[in-house]
Amino acid sequence: MTDTTHQPRQQQLISLQVNGEHHELLTEPRRTLVDALRHDLRLTGTHVGCEHGICGACTVLLDGQPVRACLMFAAQAEGSEIRTVESLADGRQLSDLQQAFSEHHGLQCGFCTPGFLMLAEGFLAERPEASKEEIREVVASNLCRCTGYQTIVEAIDDCATRRRAALRSQLEGNGPEHTGPEHTGHQDAGHQNESNSETGPPRAACEEDRCGSTTRSR
Amino acid sequence: MKPAAFTYHRARDVEGAARLLAELGDEAKVIAGGQSLVAMMNFRLARPQHLVDIGGLTGLGGVRTDADGGLHIGALATHHAVETAPREILGPGFAVIRDAMRWIGHLPIRTRGTVGGSLAHADSTAEWCLLAVLLDAELVARGPYDGERRIAAADFFQGYYTTALEPEEILVEVVFPRPAPRAALTEFAERRGDFATVAAAVDLELAPGGTQLSAGRVALGGVSALPVRVPEAEEVLARGGQPGPELFAECAATAAESVDPPSDGNGSTHYRRVLIRTLVERACEEAMAR
Amino acid sequence: MTAQHSRTPADGPWIGASVGRREDPRLLSGNGRFTDDLELPGMLHAQFVRSTVAHGTVTSLDLTAVRQVPGVVAAFSAEDLAGGGGLADITARLGRPLTEFVPTGMPVLARDRVRYAGEPLAVVVARDAYAAEDGLEAARVTYETLPAITSEEQALAPGAPLVHDEASANTLLDVSMFATEGIDETFDEAPCVVRVETRTGRQNALPLETRGVVASWDHREDQLLLQTSTQVPHQVRTTAARCLGLDERAVRVVVPDMGGGFGQKCVVGREEIAVGAAALRLGRPVKWIEDRKDALSASFLAREQHYDVRAAFDSDGRILGLDASVVCDMGAYSCYPFTAGIEPLMASAEMPGVYKVPAYRVRARAVTTNKAPTAPYRGVSRPQYVMVMERLFERAARELDLEPTEIRRRNLITQFPYTGVNNVTYDPGSYLESLNLCESVLREEGWYAAKEAASARGRHLGIGYSCFSERTGYGSAAFAQRKMEVVPGFDISEVRMDTSGALVVTTGTMSHGQSHETTMAQIAADELGLDIAKVRIHQGDTDRITYGWGTFASRSIAIGGSAIRLAAGKLGEKLKVIAASVLEVPAEELELGQGAVRRPADGSSVPYEELADIAYLKSHLLPKDVEPGLTATATFDVFNDGTFSNATHGVVVELHQGTGQVEILRYVCVEDCGVAINPQVVEGQTRGGIAQGIAGALFEQVTYDEHGAPSAVSFMDYKVPTALEIPEISIHHLETPCAFTETGAKGVGEGGTIGAPGAVLNAVNDALLPTGVELDDTPITPETVVSALEQTP
Repeated sequence: MTDTTHQPRQQQLISLQVNGEHHELLTEPRRTLVDALRHDLRLTGTHVGCEHGICGACTVLLDGQPVRACLMFAAQAEGSEIRTVESLADGRQLSDLQQAFSEHHGLQCGFCTPGFLMLAEGFLAERPEASKEEIREVVASNLCRCTGYQTIVEAIDDCATRRRAALRSQLEGNGPEHTGPEHTGHQDAGHQNESNSETGPPRAACEEDRCGSTTRSR
Repeated sequence: MKPAAFTYHRARDVEGAARLLAELGDEAKVIAGGQSLVAMMNFRLARPQHLVDIGGLTGLGGVRTDADGGLHIGALATHHAVETAPREILGPGFAVIRDAMRWIGHLPIRTRGTVGGSLAHADSTAEWCLLAVLLDAELVARGPYDGERRIAAADFFQGYYTTALEPEEILVEVVFPRPAPRAALTEFAERRGDFATVAAAVDLELAPGGTQLSAGRVALGGVSALPVRVPEAEEVLARGGQPGPELFAECAATAAESVDPPSDGNGSTHYRRVLIRTLVERACEEAMAR
Repeated sequence: MTAQHSRTPADGPWIGASVGRREDPRLLSGNGRFTDDLELPGMLHAQFVRSTVAHGTVTSLDLTAVRQVPGVVAAFSAEDLAGGGGLADITARLGRPLTEFVPTGMPVLARDRVRYAGEPLAVVVARDAYAAEDGLEAARVTYETLPAITSEEQALAPGAPLVHDEASANTLLDVSMFATEGIDETFDEAPCVVRVETRTGRQNALPLETRGVVASWDHREDQLLLQTSTQVPHQVRTTAARCLGLDERAVRVVVPDMGGGFGQKCVVGREEIAVGAAALRLGRPVKWIEDRKDALSASFLAREQHYDVRAAFDSDGRILGLDASVVCDMGAYSCYPFTAGIEPLMASAEMPGVYKVPAYRVRARAVTTNKAPTAPYRGVSRPQYVMVMERLFERAARELDLEPTEIRRRNLITQFPYTGVNNVTYDPGSYLESLNLCESVLREEGWYAAKEAASARGRHLGIGYSCFSERTGYGSAAFAQRKMEVVPGFDISEVRMDTSGALVVTTGTMSHGQSHETTMAQIAADELGLDIAKVRIHQGDTDRITYGWGTFASRSIAIGGSAIRLAAGKLGEKLKVIAASVLEVPAEELELGQGAVRRPADGSSVPYEELADIAYLKSHLLPKDVEPGLTATATFDVFNDGTFSNATHGVVVELHQGTGQVEILRYVCVEDCGVAINPQVVEGQTRGGIAQGIAGALFEQVTYDEHGAPSAVSFMDYKVPTALEIPEISIHHLETPCAFTETGAKGVGEGGTIGAPGAVLNAVNDALLPTGVELDDTPITPETVVSALEQTP
């Protein structure tokens, strides 16, 4: 559809580019993108949690940016590149981000997980140097009912840290012809609340060893 | 929660979209980012029989400055595009606009939601609406035949989710005519990312010499059906004087007393007044600190 | 998949290791299989016509227009589905006289009487979910409304309209217990008596995956197959069979991957059965996925309680008595199988908690109102009564001028076993140690000094604690005391080793985020000295599991895990017997390890594969009297009062005067769940539970208008906290092993939710100390904080 044409109310033919593949779908105009992905394309990794754009279980990448697939009609996505959670692993090999989630126990029931993965994937691509606080702010985009968020933040932070280290060692090993990714001037989004670092002992003292929590040794 | 059926139209250009709106009448709605509209449609609170998708129109997504230093933002620019616009284009003179973006929902909303969509939706707590009122923006609309119409922000917001746009008009651009280097916007909601219970924005002007205030503008969102300027509070700033905690507190207290905020599930009138005092003061401090 | 952190058996035991989860690869790659992911040929989609009034009679229900809507295949009311004697009510009973408990029947689809807004009246079946919703809009329903009962006060008011004709005074449960002799004198004579009256807001357990079912008839097996997100598959089977007039054998319940439950899914839902009826009637598979609007307004809710409690203390701060009234707003019906008694009975049975309370009296009531019914929600009353107990101690501490932690120290149970005035015997725990450690962490980090310094600058910091236990591993003895119609308690595990030496284990529990596929495999792998990669756990299939109670009440590892260990142990004995005949040595000289039966004396061994080969493929070589095959079954139950985990939570908050925001600056949890099978999993359960507890203390509430319409129909109204509202939580572990579970593990799934509200409320009140205002109700809203701070003298 490229014109201001009037299609019959019943069905329309749209084409979607998903995970590098081209698909033609015959759907009602009101078919949301998340339903088209899940039920027409059988990509059930993306989940539905609220259908009003708050929980983020439906988060996918649209032209590289995280979006709510429940707040789009499939027709609106025509002409864009869509990426879902199914695009992260390489066959049976999980991506570094997925592995980080597993290592940090960043998922329990797993229902919110694809949404968080795509959120992180899109965000880190744009902000590879994101601080842990920035990551926490972005993680606040989606809801999780199982983890309390801390391990999700840690998983994404760990993945970002490792990617930066890998890039650095690549740069050091290979000389000046490799350059880092370009960033646009993304403002360091501050924190809403009024926490004052003078109020109490710096939390950083606890962050490194998680204040004695003994996940791996007793 | 699935929406009611509709016919989908994809516009090729603005005039075509406007003509379609004129032809289809009441039962048609424009969809751009859809971050407000699709949610309402999923609840079946909105049930347009026709959707005119302008999301693919080119030439309406840009951010640029003009020769006079005014800022032009295309109606289809996403909040995220504004948030990440290069500093050469969105510089310190309009830092208040860039910084306000982080208050809008969350990242995945900002990647789709548009400036024009937010302005046309006219929620009184919306950051774009507050900025437009604070900074005397001009809203540029285009209809089916007549070319462009420029509407001052003060005239644009007319009531509860109501603007001066004609049913067949499409917002194409918002213009902020002059830089506001000492301006700030802040808000409060129970959870980060929620619609603000109260939002406050101020724009301070210093007298030559740079140590005394000469004037200021104060705007509030969430205290009435549309975002409002508060002249009584602005008078306090216009008296001139030493910008600082005392002056800001007086300005904030005056603002709180001069409006009549509603009482609802998010807070009583009294609580909103407390928020107004806190947020106006905070906005003044942030503006001064730039 | 390569994400596993598996370790070779040579590295030592699996129990106690943070083994990577078996669940992760499929969930991370989008290959989980949740109920809405299922698609069967010819499948239709269902939605429900729901009552728009909270209380009334249905004077007409006209589905004619519904059936005309394009895409709609059928629409059924209760009457339509009643043919053939089907659609009996879901009725939960207790073995108590009518003076104590009144059972209520919850119809699968409401007939003439509706009792809450959102109650299902008819099921509409269509070719897709969009058309189903189109169909709903065409339903024509008329009502004669009755006054809506929307609060305990209205319910109990003399002459109030009755929600159920058979429940006078709208009371479903009224039980008075314990009444220690002389308690009135104790209170009359006590130097210090404090009182706490608190109301806690109605909440939604809110799993991110809503409820749902795919119902289909299996022609080959002659069975109704219900694939549904439930914590209690066997309960769903029994109830579905009963309601639909089928033999139990003719119903099979299979549980797909579950996106959380938290108790909302440990009761039998009516929609699942209605969809089963529709599938039977239509002869086609039917899917129902609860949408979020219905999940918020018409699904099972919890936690709306009213406590009025007095505590008497001597002048040294020792508690002398506890006199309590608990009234729980249980909504319109009892849920199956737990009944409306679950919240008040839990509160009354366990309120003394970790403290030595010599005298106790409690009256526990459940009232019925025109709200969606109450189901158990993680913690079940314990978050509330712990909050009340901790507030009582804080109040007494202030009156007697004692440090809050000191008054607790003087009252904590330290000698075990301890049989309380509530006739519960508490097994060993680390109540005092957890309190001491938690306090020392906060002191060493400088928070007390920070609080003083902040106060001098006009800021409002507060420090609060809650110290509590969590009863876990309720066996049949404990459940029998509840007098439920069905008595949960045991678990049965079957293990089977195949010809490759790999193990399949069944459990009657039902993981919905708790990582049982991993933790239970750890237990089995340890017992048999197997690589964990060779162990598979099966759950959630009523055809495959002999019988199971599901997962709730923190029972799975304590009871299910013990059954697994016993079954694996039995299998291990058989393996030794066979190996003994191969090696021609006595079985007593053999042990299990590294995938083989070994003889330490000379290092000889027989790998499991070889034993399996004999047991299955060369059975003529088996010793006399040893049957072919490698399977074993074992059960485990708890015949005492259960095993008690414990924890202390310490919280530092700042109250922001200008906005009323409650910011949590620090959260420390010292917990003891006995042996932690997988420490990372334990921490995950704790953090997630704390997040829900904070949510209840500060953010989440369902309210109703005077007509009984619920306020929260979207996530704009029902405020689930995000990562910016939930702080980082530091967790310290203590370990007091359980003496009678097979692994030494206690349950831990609910502890986080139980401790958080009390600690947060105490911290807020500590910050409010200068104002003289005390807040006892939850959730605490920013406006409440602003009002309180405005009273600073």
